[in-house]
Amino acid sequence: MSGPVAFTLDLDGRSQAALAPADATLLTLLRDGLGNTGPKRGCNQGVCGACTVMIDGWPQRACLTLAASCEGKSVRTLEGYGKDPLMQSLQKHFAEGGAVQCGFCTTGMLISARRLLADDPDPSGDAVRAALSGNLCRCVGYRKIVEAVQDAAREAGK
Amino acid sequence: MTQQDETLAVGKSLPKLENLEKVAGRAAYIADLVRPGMLHGAILGSPLPHARIKGYRLEAALAAPGVVAIVTGEDVGAGLMGAFIKDEPAIARGKVRYLGEPLAAVAAESEAEARAACRLIEVELEELPAVLTPEEGLAAGAPLLHEQLGDYIKIFDSGSEGNLCSRSLFEEGAVEEAWANCDLVLEEVYTTQAQAHVAIEPCGALAEVDQNGRVTLWSANQSVFRVQANVSESLSLPMSRLRCLTPHVGGGFGIKMEPHIQPITVALAMKAGRPVKLILSREEDFEITRARHPFRIRMKTGATEDGLLLARECEVLVDCGAYADDSPGVLGYSLLMARGPYRIANVKCHGKLVYTNKLRFGAYRGFGNPQVTFAGEQQIDEIARQLDLDPFELRRRNLPADGEPWFLGAEVASNGLAQCLDAVARVEPLAPAPLPGRRRGRGLAVNAHISGLLGTGAIVRMLEDGSIVLNTGATDIGQGSDTVLAQICAEALAVPLDMVRVASPDTDGSPFNWGTTASRVTYTTGRAVLGAAREVERQIKEQAGHILECAPDDLALLPGGRVGIRGTDREIPFAAVSGRAHWAAGGPIIGSHSLVFEQPTLDPKRAAALGLPFPRIGVFSFIACLVDVEVEEASGQVRVLEAWSAVDVGRAINPRLVEVQLEGAFVQGLGMALVEEMVWDGPRLANPTLMDYKIPTALDAPLDLHSIIIEAPEPDGPFGAKGAGEIGINPVAAAIANAVRDAMGFRLRDLPLSGERVLDAILAEEAGDAA
Repeated sequence: MSGPVAFTLDLDGRSQAALAPADATLLTLLRDGLGNTGPKRGCNQGVCGACTVMIDGWPQRACLTLAASCEGKSVRTLEGYGKDPLMQSLQKHFAEGGAVQCGFCTTGMLISARRLLADDPDPSGDAVRAALSGNLCRCVGYRKIVEAVQDAAREAGK
Repeated sequence: MTQQDETLAVGKSLPKLENLEKVAGRAAYIADLVRPGMLHGAILGSPLPHARIKGYRLEAALAAPGVVAIVTGEDVGAGLMGAFIKDEPAIARGKVRYLGEPLAAVAAESEAEARAACRLIEVELEELPAVLTPEEGLAAGAPLLHEQLGDYIKIFDSGSEGNLCSRSLFEEGAVEEAWANCDLVLEEVYTTQAQAHVAIEPCGALAEVDQNGRVTLWSANQSVFRVQANVSESLSLPMSRLRCLTPHVGGGFGIKMEPHIQPITVALAMKAGRPVKLILSREEDFEITRARHPFRIRMKTGATEDGLLLARECEVLVDCGAYADDSPGVLGYSLLMARGPYRIANVKCHGKLVYTNKLRFGAYRGFGNPQVTFAGEQQIDEIARQLDLDPFELRRRNLPADGEPWFLGAEVASNGLAQCLDAVARVEPLAPAPLPGRRRGRGLAVNAHISGLLGTGAIVRMLEDGSIVLNTGATDIGQGSDTVLAQICAEALAVPLDMVRVASPDTDGSPFNWGTTASRVTYTTGRAVLGAAREVERQIKEQAGHILECAPDDLALLPGGRVGIRGTDREIPFAAVSGRAHWAAGGPIIGSHSLVFEQPTLDPKRAAALGLPFPRIGVFSFIACLVDVEVEEASGQVRVLEAWSAVDVGRAINPRLVEVQLEGAFVQGLGMALVEEMVWDGPRLANPTLMDYKIPTALDAPLDLHSIIIEAPEPDGPFGAKGAGEIGINPVAAAIANAVRDAMGFRLRDLPLSGERVLDAILAEEAGDAA
């Protein structure tokens, strides 16, 4: 096991000092070190997308990212969106539109969807499907998730 | 619909109660829980599929950094658990029966230390020959998995012997004589694969023990009461020493109904004297929990030239894996459903369940029904083709009349299958493929599924201010049962949904609930909630009668938490009623109701049954599923273009939640039909990762999934409701296979219908044409 590394990252808009073994992932740091349990560990292999966070503006797998590699970078979890109107609209439409069942994939889905809407304010169904294809859901069957993203986009576009 | 307009909560697509927690990322799942002084657990899995355990060397592991306790089979006594046959220890004891089976577990200060210490444990194993298929297991002289099988406790006449875990045989009419009267008899063999549940949350548990030796156990589960029973049995602890709780659960589909690592986690916490959390990795979740049973199905169906079904025989051979778990139930239930929702006078369904040195197979959405339906509904489709009948028409000619019982004799009090068929028959014809090299086809399959089984209770309490707390012990695994039960309660008491709060399941405080399984919570627990709410209503009226000086019968509940004298403007809020009850007279208002499903599965005057695991089963929901597919000839890839599921759910308490069940079930069925398969390389599961075991993504699932709700009310269901959780998956593989037949002209009888299999069939056809 590697010795701990001290570093600083920007977490959800605040400067965060961190101490983590060199081989610790960002997911482990967030969940076990910093008590931020929004990102979920579904596979720890970069497939399911439940641990998706934004790193310097890109959706990334926290389970495949070494914590220490985030030194000086901006890491944004769901907590960091605060009153972001697009995220709030997504959250509302997910909650009201039947896009949430067990909820384990939801935080990662929301972050991927929010990133899509930053690029494409009025995405087609296929564009939403492509943007969310790295986030696995076993409960909903995807249709209502895609519709929730489109509904949120339409509401924001008004 | 006027019926729905008259309701306050029932029939309305209200958002789930816990959704705001979930979209905020604040909902806590088992892996998110932390207790003071908590240790982390890890498991050592067996490197061999079948071996005798000769001894353990733990010194090196115990000396490793951070290690506090190690548990092996020598720590857990002689207890055995199992829903039907008590054959399973908490952790391998004396023998190990599948590769990966937990041999030892470590509690350490960190998960990394626990996992590292596992690698230092030495277990001396004497390898035994392994049984890897049911056929091998039944062969003469096969090595035995369970030498003590005869001594195990069994809850039904299982016929267990050798490696035969159980056998069932159900018969009605006279099948052997009936074949001679058929103009067309088809007999084919179908096989289905092992499917992984892949709830996105892996299984896990957290246990702590107090100074009195009392255990508190949180876990990802579908029933805190099954957790309690299994830990009690396997660790020989009285139930009163076990308090079982549940955080939010990240999906189930059956994997979390019976135990996973709860008993091991409790054993670790007891030995360590500190709280222990054990969360399975995704690989472990694949390798050591459970999966859908592979079936080999011989299906034989006979019909007259007019398309009347006269006889059916279904024989199945089912891989049990190493422990019985829910498998005897799956075998029996699949045979009970193998006739299909038709009137067929002569039916014989029989099968065997065989122990093998693989992980246990168990409950999985559909519970054996998708497997037999894959065979049965393809055969019905083939009969329609060979008789040149429309597939809808053939099915309509064989629908049972109102009041006709299910196979073996169970009462069917509501049946909306004809309306389900009508609903999907209205779909516009399929357009031909727009591109060359692609072919399109349409497939139909129908099915029925029960909701019911076993015991359930509900307690409805009124707080001092008149608001309501509902406590049922039913675990909401995300499907929305808390919300649906609250809607039933709110409707019965005429209060807004936000006046009803739902207590989290707790074996100390909740009434018994067998579990979130068998599509049963809305139907059975809903009935209990309604009964408890009626009792609260009675007490409200009794209290209000004293306050308003009238007879309770003159009172009515008014919307918004009020009660008043009919035909007058004299009314009072529930707060006044509850205040009097709490502080003056009568006592706090508490209503409770409990029930067990009692209608028999078997009418002995009608049918014969050997090895019937469910003597009382449930009420029946129905589905017609229509699927359009497009097949790419160059690759064999099958794509579902659009699908319609028309489902008779009796009454949709929350229509949107019914739709989500149907859509989610369809996509899980699509995975089963086309891509998912657990593959073994000898005894070793070769694809225990999401990299190698693919489930459908947003790109694989069609957006055009249409859920059509049909309501044929169940007389004793809450507001007419019956189950919707499983039925959506049952016909999917069959409907897709029928659509592939329609597109390609050939029929595939082995799941999954992978691109490779379809392409092989295309190439075989071309070779045949060329020859």
